[in-house]
Amino acid sequence: MKNPLDSLGATVFLGFVLTVVMVLLIHAIA
Amino acid sequence: MEIVSYEWWTFCFRWLHIISGIMWIGHLWYFNFVQTPSMPKIPDEQKPAVTKFIAPTALFWFRWGAMATIVTGLILAGLNGYLLNAIKLGIGDHNPRFTDIGFGMWLGAIMWFNVWFIIWPNQKKVLGFVPAEAAEKKRAGRIAGLASRTNTMLSIPMLYAMAGASHFF
Repeated sequence: MKNPLDSLGATVFLGFVLTVVMVLLIHAIA
Repeated sequence: MEIVSYEWWTFCFRWLHIISGIMWIGHLWYFNFVQTPSMPKIPDEQKPAVTKFIAPTALFWFRWGAMATIVTGLILAGLNGYLLNAIKLGIGDHNPRFTDIGFGMWLGAIMWFNVWFIIWPNQKKVLGFVPAEAAEKKRAGRIAGLASRTNTMLSIPMLYAMAGASHFF
């Protein structure tokens, strides 16, 4: 299976997905 | 505001932190958005211009930008008095600013580790600064490339957390 990080577009998309996950975690912790 | 006041010094370190952060992330994005996608399109006889001249200089400012960013960031967090609160992600503090900046600091620290202990040692093999067999060079290039892409991905939530800590709280 191709690594998603081989695609620049997928890398940026995953960055935004991670941001959403992080914001949810921040709200859950704080 | 006195020029030598405590507030001025904290601002000074925030300013230096942003300058060095742009030096670092600017080069990270140059590698990922410009250099790496362009390499396959460059004729072989012209590739040494990148690998022998541009990449080594870009890597110098990239890794020392990363070092300056983490040093000024830790000093800034210390001066602001929330270094330990941020390290423990504000757990138990009931202050979302510590949680927010804590996520930014941890993501930045992971990225700094990637630069100095994964990307740079492998790039030294790729660029011929340390001797390596062809197969080892290929493997080192793959590892450095994936670590660089990982940092590009992490830079997006990292910058959200960094900017958000000042903007929202």
